[in-house]
Amino acid sequence: MSEIRPVPFRGGGFRPQVRRWVGLIVFVLLIAIAEWGTRTGWISNLTLPRPSDVLATFGELWQSGLLFKHLSPSLSRLAVGAVLGVSVGVSVGVLIGLFSYVRAGLVPVVAALFPIPKIALLPLFVIWFGIDEGSKYALIAFGTFTPTVVATYGAVDNVDRTLIRMGQSFGLTWWSIVRKIVLPGAMPGILSGLRISLAIAIILLVAAEMLGAEYGIGAYILEAGSLYDLERLFAGVVILSALGVIVSSAITMIEKRLLRWRG
Amino acid sequence: MELRLKNVSHAYGGTEVLRDITLTIPEGKIVCIIGPSGCGKSTLLRMMGGLEQPDAGDILQVGAPPEGCLNPLTYVFQDFALLPWRSVEGNIALALEDHRLGRGRIREIVADVLARTGLADFAGALPRQLSGGMKQRVAIARALAVNPAVMLLDEPLSALDAQTRELLMDDLIGLWTRAPFTAVYVTHNLAEAVRLGHAIVVLSRRPGAIREMIEIDAPLEARDMSDPVLAAKQQQLWHLMRDEARAADAELANV
Ligand SMILES: Nc1ncnc2c1ncn2[C@@H]1O[C@H](COP(=O)(O)OP(=O)(O)O)[C@@H](O)[C@H]1O
Ligand SMILES: [Mg+2]
Repeated sequence: MSEIRPVPFRGGGFRPQVRRWVGLIVFVLLIAIAEWGTRTGWISNLTLPRPSDVLATFGELWQSGLLFKHLSPSLSRLAVGAVLGVSVGVSVGVLIGLFSYVRAGLVPVVAALFPIPKIALLPLFVIWFGIDEGSKYALIAFGTFTPTVVATYGAVDNVDRTLIRMGQSFGLTWWSIVRKIVLPGAMPGILSGLRISLAIAIILLVAAEMLGAEYGIGAYILEAGSLYDLERLFAGVVILSALGVIVSSAITMIEKRLLRWRG
Repeated sequence: MELRLKNVSHAYGGTEVLRDITLTIPEGKIVCIIGPSGCGKSTLLRMMGGLEQPDAGDILQVGAPPEGCLNPLTYVFQDFALLPWRSVEGNIALALEDHRLGRGRIREIVADVLARTGLADFAGALPRQLSGGMKQRVAIARALAVNPAVMLLDEPLSALDAQTRELLMDDLIGLWTRAPFTAVYVTHNLAEAVRLGHAIVVLSRRPGAIREMIEIDAPLEARDMSDPVLAAKQQQLWHLMRDEARAADAELANV
């Protein structure tokens, strides 16, 4: 008699699915551990502030109106800088993707610019664009520009050439081919590049504000740090994290809308 | 409009792909081109459509394209070439949008070709929601929408299963009988060539040269594969093809 048993299952996996609450649970759990640790004294108050204290600080910040005083200049710097950097980056990336001469000329330049820590250039930007908003916009724009260019021309390279041939065979104008075939085809790559670019933008925003700004999240964190005020320091950090989460989920939403065709 | 090829030759780098092709595509007829894979059929078709230039020889349009023709030389691709981000309707409209027709006119044309290809119920569907056969119907509808002078089909049914292929061949024959169009139909499938071709051009293995040209007089809509005349033609083609295919295979093994 031969043994009878079911065929073992070995498929599945490798396919991210929506697990809505897991992210939130991980957050809550980490915070709960920190709260519990600081209350029992297992984590010293010098190492980590108590989450409830941070929350209280945050409440004060809100009530005093200081939150908006710091947040609104930060947000406008982020918006102006990122919009500038991303729009120029996407345009240059598309040009590199489409024209051999532009590619030959600019890819080495981009490769040379990419690894420069942009923060190191802040003094230069201050001279070029002034100590106020100009240098901050420039820093953020420049920092988002390089990763956007690289992501965009990679994405344009990956657009299905048969679709472009199809467009040519129907006599579409050059501009129609770019607008209706190349750009939508490159959109998935451009959007995932955007995720990285915007995270970099937030990092640079804080750095720029730390180096010279009266108001802004960066300035607030710097001040708290120099006073060794951990609650305020963490309140600032939480705002940044929240900003990161909001930006990332905004991109997810844009992806859902624009890339519905991928199913 | 008629398409005339005169002594067309072409080489990629050192490899000669096409040798001295002289051929006429008469108006209102379907000319099938068959040959072993790699013999230059797609290259030849790209040249007929102006997507590539031959090293030598001329490709000529004779006569004016028909009234209301938006794109005289129009392709149907093997892999459909539909934009995945546009609906069926949008994919067909794509071919019309650059012609300043106005929205109403575009909508009319799209509705008309959707009805002719039996796609009226799928106007809003995305390509990923369609089967292979449906996708190719959309591509055919898109080609019909621009009212082409010559349709250039590059193995349009090769990506489909046998049953779907039969259905689409019937569709093509139906479309042609209702409104005869001029077409060059590239395939490596003999049955397709014998069903759809008014003339069949057999290319030799690479470098592709015209080995034989066979005419079939039986009207498309009345072709029945059990007809001994057609069976004999198919047999004749098969003998021609078999030698070429065998030689082409042996060549590959020698590389
Ligand atoms: N763009 C190209 N560059 C170089 N070689 C090519 C190119 N396109 C096709 N070839 C070569 O030319 C030959 C004919 O190709 P093709 O026309 O696609 O053949 P078929 O469609 O008959 O299978 C093949 O050997 C192929 O490798
Ligand atoms: Mg081919």
